[in-house]
Amino acid sequence: MAIDRAQVRHVARLARLRLSAAEEELYAAQLGAVLGYLERLAAVDVSSVEPLSFAGDEGSSLREDVARSGLSREQALAAAPQHDAQAFVVPRIIE
Amino acid sequence: MLQPVIGLEVHAQLLTRTKIFCGCSTAFGAPPNTQVCPVCLGLPGALPALNRAVVELAVRAGKAFACRIAGRSVWSRKNYFYPDLPKGYQITQFDLPICAGGAVDVPGLRKVQLTRIHLEEDAGKSVHAEGGSEVDLNRSGVPLIEIVGEPVLRSSEEASEYLKALRLALVYLGVNDGNLEEGSFRCDANVSVHEPSAKLGTRVELKNINSFRFVRQAIDYEIARQVAALGRGERIIQETRLYDHEKNETRAMRSKEEANDYRYFPEPDLPPLVVSPAWIDAVQVPRLPNEITAGLLAAGVAPADARTIVGDPRLAALHARLGDPRRAAHFIVGELSRALNDREVNLDALAFEPAQVAEAWALQDAGTISSTGLKEVLAELIRTGKPPAQTVLERGLAQVQDLAALDAVVDAVLARYPSEAGKYQAGKKTLLGFLVGAAMKELKGKGNPSALNALFRARLGG
Amino acid sequence: MVSGLGEVAAGLSKGALQPSELLEACLTRIAALDDKLHAFLRLTERTARAAAKAADLRRAARQPLSAIDGVPIALKDNFCMEGVETTCGSRILQGYVPPYDATAVARLEAAGAVIVGKLNMDEFAMGSSTENSAFGPTRNPWDLSRTPGGSSGGSAAAVAAGLVPGALGTDTGGSIRQPASLCGCVGLKPTYGRVSRYGVIAFASSLDQVGPLAPDVQGVALLLQSIAGQDERDQTSSARPVPSYGELLEKSVRGLTIGVPKELFAEGLDGQVERAVRAAMARLEEDGCTLKPISLPNAPHAIAAYYLVATAEASSNLARYDGVRFGHRAQADSLLEMYQATRAEGFGAEVKRRIMLGTYALSAGYYDAYYLRAQKVRTLIRRDFEQAFAAGVDAVVSPTCPTTAFRLGEKSGEPLAMYLSDVYTVPANLAGLPGISVPCGFDQGGLPIGVQLVGRPFDEGTLLRLARAAERGREQRTPEGF
Ligand SMILES: [Mg+2]
Ligand SMILES: [Zn+2]
Repeated sequence: MAIDRAQVRHVARLARLRLSAAEEELYAAQLGAVLGYLERLAAVDVSSVEPLSFAGDEGSSLREDVARSGLSREQALAAAPQHDAQAFVVPRIIE
Repeated sequence: MLQPVIGLEVHAQLLTRTKIFCGCSTAFGAPPNTQVCPVCLGLPGALPALNRAVVELAVRAGKAFACRIAGRSVWSRKNYFYPDLPKGYQITQFDLPICAGGAVDVPGLRKVQLTRIHLEEDAGKSVHAEGGSEVDLNRSGVPLIEIVGEPVLRSSEEASEYLKALRLALVYLGVNDGNLEEGSFRCDANVSVHEPSAKLGTRVELKNINSFRFVRQAIDYEIARQVAALGRGERIIQETRLYDHEKNETRAMRSKEEANDYRYFPEPDLPPLVVSPAWIDAVQVPRLPNEITAGLLAAGVAPADARTIVGDPRLAALHARLGDPRRAAHFIVGELSRALNDREVNLDALAFEPAQVAEAWALQDAGTISSTGLKEVLAELIRTGKPPAQTVLERGLAQVQDLAALDAVVDAVLARYPSEAGKYQAGKKTLLGFLVGAAMKELKGKGNPSALNALFRARLGG
Repeated sequence: MVSGLGEVAAGLSKGALQPSELLEACLTRIAALDDKLHAFLRLTERTARAAAKAADLRRAARQPLSAIDGVPIALKDNFCMEGVETTCGSRILQGYVPPYDATAVARLEAAGAVIVGKLNMDEFAMGSSTENSAFGPTRNPWDLSRTPGGSSGGSAAAVAAGLVPGALGTDTGGSIRQPASLCGCVGLKPTYGRVSRYGVIAFASSLDQVGPLAPDVQGVALLLQSIAGQDERDQTSSARPVPSYGELLEKSVRGLTIGVPKELFAEGLDGQVERAVRAAMARLEEDGCTLKPISLPNAPHAIAAYYLVATAEASSNLARYDGVRFGHRAQADSLLEMYQATRAEGFGAEVKRRIMLGTYALSAGYYDAYYLRAQKVRTLIRRDFEQAFAAGVDAVVSPTCPTTAFRLGEKSGEPLAMYLSDVYTVPANLAGLPGISVPCGFDQGGLPIGVQLVGRPFDEGTLLRLARAAERGREQRTPEGF
């Protein structure tokens, strides 16, 4: 399964990863090889098979609607690379 | 003639104490980032834990609108990057929502079919300033239902009527507070136009509409824009547009240059949501506005009065507690509405008890006070909550009940107006009102008019 | 120095050992030996000493909190611990100090365990050699030129070298069992939902499971006992009651049936590994177990299904590393550049590769062919096991790994070759089943070999019994220099 650099760029954009030209080249080759291997699944007969997306027990008990103390604002902001007195700060968002 | 087709998606905040997946408070207006925890901040390692009350409220709404409630529904992740979306995905429902189908009854219009109602979490809020944007995550994880209506609305008026009916129903259900200003009831509109004979046109999604007026304006603007564009021979592009109420226009969102590819997949951190038939049965559904209106009309309340009362759940609740539907309706659209309009009182903090209104009515029924007196008693009750009997005493509103005393006044009046008495006896029956009025004047308005009528007739022979 | 965790617990219980003494002995060994291994990323000496002192008092008063009260334990660096830097082996989290404890950590502490420090791992648990750590690789104590396996390589190396009597790891596709096998210790991946994942930094949520590593089966059982059970903060954790593993451990294995799947003794299996595994199977047979040939026809598809499911979930789980609330942020003028540069600088090559693969597998037009199909194959793999269990099989045996420990750098640059080393461990993750790796011998170069047993859902008890029997007959050695 060949994958070209335009596809790599598109996926990298969706994943918010900046790739160098060399990385684009490398990932195109490596992803192509891995996808080639993964192609083998196409041969498995999965008609009328339900997907298994949850491997555990269903019907777990739910949380009661009772407030619980969370983090202080200081704790919440402590690890942020940039914040002011009350909020996280990011480069200006343009809508 | 191009025909508009409109479908609305409403996000309504559920009235729970805590967020959908963590124990943080949902209270509005707290200082930024003070209602947060590892879960709603999306910290590494944190996991969602579903709030039972959220499910309860979604089922209540689903039952009220006659949706099919799914015994097993599935959570999905909607992946996109945005600073107010801490995990980089929104937990929502996609393939298998909790409610499917159903309809909302819109008075004066018709039933508007629903596609689905699903549960999801809200994002945080960002405030854009010069040096950068500030992100507040208090809203992150607030529980929402998204109510997706079928594209069956034909005008901005229909859209607005539908929204009003939906909002009112949710408020009656105790599912949502109906507060548009605080963003707890929000609407996106899908708008397209087509020739009725042709298939549906390309739809444009309008975001950011936060009042009933703006809904009408945004939709009207967008219909006109699309009609004009098609008139120029242009094509409509499927896109998301933002409504700017200051300029009254819609414009394409710049951040949407990239095709939306949300990469939905089942949320592996939550088991499928299982709602047993017993649980669904046990969920109570309060009466909806339409049912309450029908009840009022059947009890003889005038249609206009019924509309006023049901239009505000607080008035309807008060009405239900007052007893005697017609008299209660008069009280609400009369004395109470006047006081509310004059801003003498606040509907959320009324000073009186419903039972006290009934006491005032009883005083009138017993003949203790006149209808004029009743008005005065009720006005005082509404303003201050003062017990009716106390107002009657303090203001001397009690009608004179002693027949001997009344009889003396009747004597005096007949003595003063012998010619009128004679004409009455000769057949001019209308003079009875004059005589009773004279007696009332003597009694300073405290006489019981029916007693006086009776006395005069007895004296003058019929 | 440190023998089994079971013996350590017995020594503490008799009063022959004191928690503080034990901790100091561990710290001394770590100081002397970990330079060679690089198993630890950091120590928590100050809080550990305080915890050990408190345990000293409880032990002296003969009021221990549990059988592991006072036992030094180390954690893979993907367990959040309040106030302790937690990096998950990634530059993007360097310096990150979580404000809360993982449930497993809180439970260990509630049982009196003394947390000694944080252990090296492949970045975000993505890898099978611990070479993908942003902080340098860990080495295998049996041969310092070789990898300890991964991603819980730090956990396995620390336990195998006797630096600590027990450790916690996580296993998404074999990340506990494979390094345990390559380092010669016992590693258990419990049933999906047996142990809370709350506070454990996610790789692939539907596959990740927390589990213990120890030199001995009894140690693994003691650790599992203290961390297992429902947690209201993780609704994927099971409400099923937790049995007493210590009691189950002592039961005879006579009469148990062990399935031998032909697909897991096939191509790519090293001859020496196969011999050691078959010898262990023969010992189980002598103990009264029945060996039964079975087939897991879909097992050969497991690696392909696994890499789709795991990378898809990971691509979403790792979206939160965006430079906004914690961790590394690149300098940039626009929001988009900030995201792209932060993630480009913060993530290592393998993590980026998997995010790319997972994003691709979920993207419009590919979902059905890749992700959805993989989840369906997962159903088939689970069904294979269910059929074996329905036919009376109590556990399925196989090698844990196709080979013994490989050399550092041997498979880097060849992602596919590295992925294929998980061929025997991945099916248990896809099916959500418990699996254990137990040492069962050595190759001619003196490298340890492990045998794997996979059991019914929530039947860790039977696995531990079988593992206990398998470990009795094995040859005991210690790595030279440790
Ligand atoms: Mg939505
Ligand atoms: Zn929270």
